[in-house]
Amino acid sequence: MKDRTLFEYTLALADDALVSAQRMGWWISRAPELEEDVALANIGLDQLGQARTLLTYAGELEGEGRSEDDLAYLRDDREFRNVKLVERPMTDFGVAMARLLVFSTYQLHLYRALATSRDQTLAGVAAKAVKEVAYHVDHAAHWVLRLGDGTEESHSRMQAALDAEWPYVDELFAPLAPSLAGRVADPAELRDAVLSDVRRVVTEATLSMPEVPSALGGGREGLHTEHLGYLLAEMQHLHRSHPGATW
Amino acid sequence: MSTRDWPLWEVFVRARRGLSHVHAGSLHAPDAEMALRNARDLYTRRGEGVSIWVVRASDIEASTPDERDSFFDPAADKIYRHPTFYDVPEGVEHL
Repeated sequence: MKDRTLFEYTLALADDALVSAQRMGWWISRAPELEEDVALANIGLDQLGQARTLLTYAGELEGEGRSEDDLAYLRDDREFRNVKLVERPMTDFGVAMARLLVFSTYQLHLYRALATSRDQTLAGVAAKAVKEVAYHVDHAAHWVLRLGDGTEESHSRMQAALDAEWPYVDELFAPLAPSLAGRVADPAELRDAVLSDVRRVVTEATLSMPEVPSALGGGREGLHTEHLGYLLAEMQHLHRSHPGATW
Repeated sequence: MSTRDWPLWEVFVRARRGLSHVHAGSLHAPDAEMALRNARDLYTRRGEGVSIWVVRASDIEASTPDERDSFFDPAADKIYRHPTFYDVPEGVEHL
């Protein structure tokens, strides 16, 4: 392989987006209103689009002829490189908005930094994704504001959701492999900017930034929670049962 | 969160600069800001617009079918209101 670390880096970005998209899709038909179904589906599809381009590029970097479908549908959980933040169940609307706020704010800063990086392909993908992700941040922020600064119950549930997501935030900012320094965006350098953006929304929503210990990382090394296996079983079974199926 | 709490909004979309906002449909949203965002997702998915207005449906005063005769029929036989007496020079566009 030409560049193993760049392949892993690209795969990590792709898997974050892909797994998040799959979780977002769960909300279709389950959101509080039809309008919100559509909004969350749109967001999921944006993420899926990012994942597809990134997976295709990862396949090229690997140089073993794997397509986006091969990478999405024919890897097992140990081969996925996404953070645990995005793989855990997301069946509470407060949790969905808390996670989207954190994750999309992270993506926004990451893609902005990548858009000016030396890797032309990643820079191109990132430049296109920045506008999409900015809207995801906006959507999540508006809901966090309304739920946090809403009724007593919505406030306490929004705070509980933030607290539940927070142990998994740290993993987003794992430092870059040394051989990639200066070539792509370093997640560790984004921490202050991301957390300060999130804090602004959380504070305005009359919520408090959680102070909870971080959970064990490992997603980037393929060590996932049990939930990813179930997610992949649902996402992959059609392709595995009917290879190459199209409609 | 029940539907009862989410009012109905009417959505107007302007396709491009120079055109007017045209009624595109309606949606439910908890407030004006979210209504704008929902409208963006529902009515401009395929690049239909450059500007959106949302108006709370209950704020619109509409004519009723009962009033149709008194409102609109008298206009029908007043041909002098229609600019049909002018010759349009050839080559004039946008008329």
